[in-house]
Amino acid sequence: MNITLRLAWRNLWRHSRRTWLTLGAMAFSNILLVFMISLQFGMYGMMIDNTLRVMTGHLQVQAEGYKDEHKMRQTVPDIAELAASLRRDLELERVAPRALAFALASSSDRTYGLQIAGVDPARESLVSSIPGLVRTGNYLAAGDAAEIVIGSVLARNLRVGTGDEVTLLGSGLDGSFAAAVVTVSGIFETGVVELDRGLAEVPLGFFQDVFFMEGAGHQVVIAARDLDEAALLTERTRELVADNPGLVVHDWDALQPGLRQAIKADMSSAFFMYGILVILVAFSVLNTQLMSVLERTREFGIVMALGISPGRLGRLVLLETALMGFMGFVGGAVLGALVTGWFAANGFSYPGMDELTANFNLPSRVYPPVAFLPTVIGPLVVYFFSMVSALYPALRLNWLQPVEAMRAA
Amino acid sequence: MTAVKCIDLCKTYRQGEQEIKALDHVDLDVERGGFVCLSAPSGGGKTTLLNAIGGLDIPDSGQVWIAGTRIDNMSKSELARLRLTQIGFVFQAYNLIPVLTAKENVEFVMQVQGVPARDRAKLALEILDEVGLAGLDGRRPAEMSGGQQQRVAVARALVSRPALVLADEPTANLDSHSADGLMELFVELNRNHQTTFVIATHDQRVMAYAKRLIKMLDGRIVGDIRQHEH
Repeated sequence: MNITLRLAWRNLWRHSRRTWLTLGAMAFSNILLVFMISLQFGMYGMMIDNTLRVMTGHLQVQAEGYKDEHKMRQTVPDIAELAASLRRDLELERVAPRALAFALASSSDRTYGLQIAGVDPARESLVSSIPGLVRTGNYLAAGDAAEIVIGSVLARNLRVGTGDEVTLLGSGLDGSFAAAVVTVSGIFETGVVELDRGLAEVPLGFFQDVFFMEGAGHQVVIAARDLDEAALLTERTRELVADNPGLVVHDWDALQPGLRQAIKADMSSAFFMYGILVILVAFSVLNTQLMSVLERTREFGIVMALGISPGRLGRLVLLETALMGFMGFVGGAVLGALVTGWFAANGFSYPGMDELTANFNLPSRVYPPVAFLPTVIGPLVVYFFSMVSALYPALRLNWLQPVEAMRAA
Repeated sequence: MTAVKCIDLCKTYRQGEQEIKALDHVDLDVERGGFVCLSAPSGGGKTTLLNAIGGLDIPDSGQVWIAGTRIDNMSKSELARLRLTQIGFVFQAYNLIPVLTAKENVEFVMQVQGVPARDRAKLALEILDEVGLAGLDGRRPAEMSGGQQQRVAVARALVSRPALVLADEPTANLDSHSADGLMELFVELNRNHQTTFVIATHDQRVMAYAKRLIKMLDGRIVGDIRQHEH
């Protein structure tokens, strides 16, 4: 082992209790950071997944301008055929067509406005969680029957149950009245009040007949397994629809801009707290290294008198910090990964989490993923700021005068 | 050839309201291979003169020349390089690095001097043998006596075979037996390698070893006595 490295290592253990305390602070903060960042990443993944899984999907093919204007006439022609061709070209089952319109829904004594989605009953469950959230009755049967599934709040507002009839009144693609009587086949409950109050689904073929769509629709929804696959599918789909003028592909970020903003806002507040933790650890390192330099003033004076430059001594102090930081990094990252791994297998929850997560349609237990980036990013930041905090004690040696240093007690 | 030349050196310290002339127009020449003792009562200026010769302290005025090179106008890093390669320092307090063994203390300085790793261990063992510490190379300072520690400090100072050795009260913390041993080692090195020694001391036994005894008082040289040759 290089003698400077040996010296730095042994210097660390001159006051082993102090080194252990500093290492403990580093390791503890690293474990906390690894676990919290992993938990956060897990939570964000879950938030994105759950939000997109309800209806949006990871990407959609739409007519240009539809995303912002939502005009009935901004349609995708022959939408079922387009969905089928994308399914074939992408070699992916999770592709479903949709058409959307606003209408009035009336029961015998009440009327409410709602958004009606025409869906492919056989495919919708592959891109949306709504078919699985039917709490009463059944989801739409395959085919084009005049039936409807509505949200639980809307059902309560209209005072209807399964088997009851609801009259729909809206405006067709050609501007004429669109009207139909449908039977409630099921009532879903997503936990998202806006959806439960204002969304209903009918079979796509029936929708196209009622709203005079002539085979057109508004969205081809594509669901990916994860965000990495979503990025690849978006790119590939863009290539596939490039020949269809007027069609655009939007990824989940464009479809749900609020989602990323919410994540960013949450990350900002979390990283502020992490920053405070890192600063506390950095001060602990600064204290340790400053003490270590101050109590060796005489020794440093002697070796400087022998001709060893302050820069070399400064590098020795930095090397000592680097060794301590490395131990804190490895210890914290490994223990942090183990703690995270345990929660990845068993899930993480705390009292009151059930009610909190239910509001966001999230499961009551979070399973933080053990991944490379969340495991190393926190400890790396701690390591970096430990090194930064050691700069002052190291640079201080440049102002040390050997004669005065040798007189130090 | 002149190993050390000091021309009209002055250095004043301020102690509260009082100004203390540590060096008062000091002129000194030391020939190569000289063995000089600076003798003075406490506060007489011998350590200040030694520090000025070693580039540890910059005089207020005057010039210091080492082996024909003027050093009082050198930068800190140039002075550090000079001390590392040309001057060996031995201090009253040995101040070895406590976490390194005797051999590693010597090797550390050699590493900084750029001695290749394969030569360091061999040279360190040789010099430790030369100062009478054969077999003690693996001991840490806390496991050695004061005399042994001072010998390691001497080995550390001499390993690069400097032309000039500056020693400040090197025997102050040693018993008489260890002190004699150390001085005999200095004499031997002076004789065998023509190493120039300038030793600040007020120990009469150390002065007895000197070829030349320079007496100082209140920052001035008040006596320059040529003694015997070794």
